[in-house]
Amino acid sequence: MREVAVVGVGMTRFGVSENTNVEMFSEAAMEAINESNLEPKDIEALFFGNVFGSHEEGQANMAPFAVADIGVPNIPATRFEGACASGSVAVRDAFIWVASGYYDIVLAGGTERVLAMDTPAATRAFAMCSNSYYEGPAGITFPGVFAMLAHLYSHKYAIPLPKLKEQMAMVAIKNHHNGKLNPKAHFQATIRDLMEARIARATQRGQPVPTWADEMEFFRDIKVNPMIADPLQLYDCCPFTDGAAALVLASIDKARALTDKPVLVAGVGQCSAGSLADQKDYTQMKSRILSAKQAYTQAGIEPPDVDLCELHDCFTIAEIVAMECLGFFEFGQGSRAVARGETEIGGKIAINPSGGLKAVGHPIGATGARQIYEVVKQLRGECGERQVAGATIGMTDTLGGDAGTICNIILRRGW
Amino acid sequence: MEYKLTHKAYTAALRENRLLGLKCNACGGYTVPPKKVCIECAGEDLDIVELRGQGEIRTFTVIRVASEGFQAPYIVGIIELDEGPWLMGNIIGVNCDEATMDMIGRRVKLGHAVIPGDKFSAGERVATTFSL
Ligand SMILES: [Zn+2]
Repeated sequence: MREVAVVGVGMTRFGVSENTNVEMFSEAAMEAINESNLEPKDIEALFFGNVFGSHEEGQANMAPFAVADIGVPNIPATRFEGACASGSVAVRDAFIWVASGYYDIVLAGGTERVLAMDTPAATRAFAMCSNSYYEGPAGITFPGVFAMLAHLYSHKYAIPLPKLKEQMAMVAIKNHHNGKLNPKAHFQATIRDLMEARIARATQRGQPVPTWADEMEFFRDIKVNPMIADPLQLYDCCPFTDGAAALVLASIDKARALTDKPVLVAGVGQCSAGSLADQKDYTQMKSRILSAKQAYTQAGIEPPDVDLCELHDCFTIAEIVAMECLGFFEFGQGSRAVARGETEIGGKIAINPSGGLKAVGHPIGATGARQIYEVVKQLRGECGERQVAGATIGMTDTLGGDAGTICNIILRRGW
Repeated sequence: MEYKLTHKAYTAALRENRLLGLKCNACGGYTVPPKKVCIECAGEDLDIVELRGQGEIRTFTVIRVASEGFQAPYIVGIIELDEGPWLMGNIIGVNCDEATMDMIGRRVKLGHAVIPGDKFSAGERVATTFSL
């Protein structure tokens, strides 16, 4: 195994896109390739994340069209699918192939046009990532999986549900605060901004003007924050989003010739788990604990060494549980840590300084690569107002399915 | 090697409200729903057994936004069976607006519901149900 570095990253503005999956990916890919001081002809292979191309566009085998679009139609181009972790899984494999010496320079990333599906169709598609024979027939949805997790967590750690829901709301408030500082985020607005926008709209239309005392009252208002799956309300959920992200990986010798700031892939991990019910108490996800351990061991670090982590906050409770499984906080202490501000930029560890899935959005094939984009920019010190001061080690955490796939990647400054 | 307890055989029993599983002759563990090998020890020496079909609610949710083909609201829960495995299903006979945290720990009994196939599923499906 030899050292591997990220030499360039790119992503589209996340949100609602009229572009095709391939068009979005090409935008991100060319940004990454140009930033690497390379041309497409220098790329030896593509590792490509996409989950629902068949449903969104009636398009299977998308990876070959992606390389054709950037002028290298004959290089190997392979799709990686690990539900919402697809982008990370693609990057991890790309890393392994470069580390092994088989390739020197590769492109990895993903794309997803979730909004080409309407909400019932997207909900049905996402539910395909649960066991379709033994759990799908119950009508389980992704919010449902994490709603059950919130109930498990509340019961296990004896945190009354109203208290836990306030702590969960603070995850959303923090991530929207960070997202406002991210020009690529789907939602660049704080929860307070969203409240004021609703007040302004009601005033303009001559409708009854809402009078929420604070954000918590806004969260409790089921008229604006409807229940999706008890106890998760709308603002506990990340949005459906279109977008793409890509990065170029190179062997360390090539990387040092291309950039002064190579970001080293210090450690990777990936683990699987079966059906949700087979995992039993999933407040402590075995696949995530084991995957993170692989990454920490390879990187030769411990959780307290991590300056920032882009983790899988598909739902507010998901962020809390991920923080614990990754070892940043004791089990059962995560929700309190959020309430104490320990996960803000400038806190004990910056969790989702980008705004996370919650504010940046979640185009599932792209998310893992998007998380790496943020960590690379943070380590290079290019994040402006949301910069984590002096960040030298960053980590990503991506969850696919019902924790069926977990992938972790640790990056560190290579200069 | 032949698959001991197939999905087809498992759901045929479920349609009669009978819960089949696999009991491991190496470790004594139960595997439900079925797998090729024991979920506890990966042992291959397994017998098909009928479980009691009873257990306790470990967690639940009320689905308010359903996926295509389902009519919200309805309750999904995960039950710990008396024999040890956890199993997902619909909790029925409970008013969705009265489904609160005190459901956790309640005893339930297994049943089933037939769910029509949709354009993605491999035919008709059978959901596990649980009633208080
Ligand atoms: Zn066994």
